[in-house]
Amino acid sequence: MSEKKILIILILFFSTITESFSIEPDIFVQSTVNRASEILAENISKDQKIQKLKLIAKETVDIKGIGFYTLGAKRKKLSDEDKIRYAKLFEAYFLKSFSSRLAEYTNPEIDVTNKEKLSENYTIVNSTLKATSERPEIKIDWRIYTKNVNNPLIRDLIIEGLSLARTQKEEFASILNSNDGEIESLFKVLKEFSDN
Amino acid sequence: MIKKLIVIIITTIALTFNVSASSDGELLLKKNEPSEIKDCFESLNRASFALNQGLDKVIFKPVASVYKTLPSPIKTGVSNSLNNLSNVVTIPNNILQGEFSKAGVNTGRFLINTTVGILGFIDVATYLGFTEYEKEDYGQSLASFGIGPGCYIVLPVLGPSTARDTVASLTNFVGGDAWYNVTVRNDTHYFRDMDYYTSKISAGVDFRAKNYDSIENLKDNSLDFYASVKSLYLQDRQQKILNTKKIIETQDDSGWEEIENQ
Repeated sequence: MSEKKILIILILFFSTITESFSIEPDIFVQSTVNRASEILAENISKDQKIQKLKLIAKETVDIKGIGFYTLGAKRKKLSDEDKIRYAKLFEAYFLKSFSSRLAEYTNPEIDVTNKEKLSENYTIVNSTLKATSERPEIKIDWRIYTKNVNNPLIRDLIIEGLSLARTQKEEFASILNSNDGEIESLFKVLKEFSDN
Repeated sequence: MIKKLIVIIITTIALTFNVSASSDGELLLKKNEPSEIKDCFESLNRASFALNQGLDKVIFKPVASVYKTLPSPIKTGVSNSLNNLSNVVTIPNNILQGEFSKAGVNTGRFLINTTVGILGFIDVATYLGFTEYEKEDYGQSLASFGIGPGCYIVLPVLGPSTARDTVASLTNFVGGDAWYNVTVRNDTHYFRDMDYYTSKISAGVDFRAKNYDSIENLKDNSLDFYASVKSLYLQDRQQKILNTKKIIETQDDSGWEEIENQ
């Protein structure tokens, strides 16, 4: 067999492998939700649930990307050292905030209903959180970062049309505005939240 | 030749309308973009917000926590009745915004639910296949005329608003709200002032109860609760003005694109 033929076979083989490993954003969301639901339904303490949810979040959420989006225009003015500090503080803040919010729900039932590709990098996955006697049905959209098709990541949750990332971004901007744009003040607030 | 001319004229008009419709939408989106709305009276707003938080703690939260325990059919019925009553403001605003078919549908909805649905307690219209009900108000109508929101305002007791929406809501008290007219403004002998105030307080309690866990959760996990509420309120308002829940129409992706270029 000539070298050329072997090369073609190898290229075809690897392209098939890449195809087979690509994960559809809607399947990714449904499987992530199912994993979280299983944890929330488990008969374990709230703290144990939070620890397990943090592991899922680390694996499925683009925490670094959300962190820099949340910082807005300020990120362009940060030194490399401050960027590293911010990324660490944001991750601790995000994991605590995200998992504490989720841990309040017991056995939530979420059904993925649709998906819409916005660009090569983003797909919006639509889902509904089923109604209970306590609250009505809630529509949840997921902004999925699909630049790496083999490893899609969550970048935003949009609940009834209200974006959590956007809310967080405006919250951070408010803290910076109230403190003359001093990044140290934001670092302090993030640290206090994570330590408490 | 005449046929060709007619086709050209119709096509040109259709295209012009499409272009202006899309640029109107973009203008509405830009004007009502939450990050563009200035918090001109932040200190005053924060004081007002703190007052409202105190009222919530003492009145609304405890009442809502009891209301939450009522059987679902009662809560749904109350919610339906309040929605039905809001039609008397929605319908004139559908007309003001040139949405005549929606005005017709909402009039039918109001008549059916008020009679067959026992004063709106049962949403018969939805069972009959009427389209999903969307509330409209005078602030949304002013926005559709191209009037910008002005500054962000937190009203004592009433909560978040904007300068435009606050001014527009005054229309309700000068004849724009039929429910206010028959209860408070005119002595009709059928209704009392209290009926109006009870309906407004019930709407507040209903809203608080529906969002009970979400509000508590947000409060516990916010770094700046005032800023979170402001952002969520303005995002919600933008959606209502644009009459869409499709996020691709309300969300500016430029922030995310910049992350790509880091």
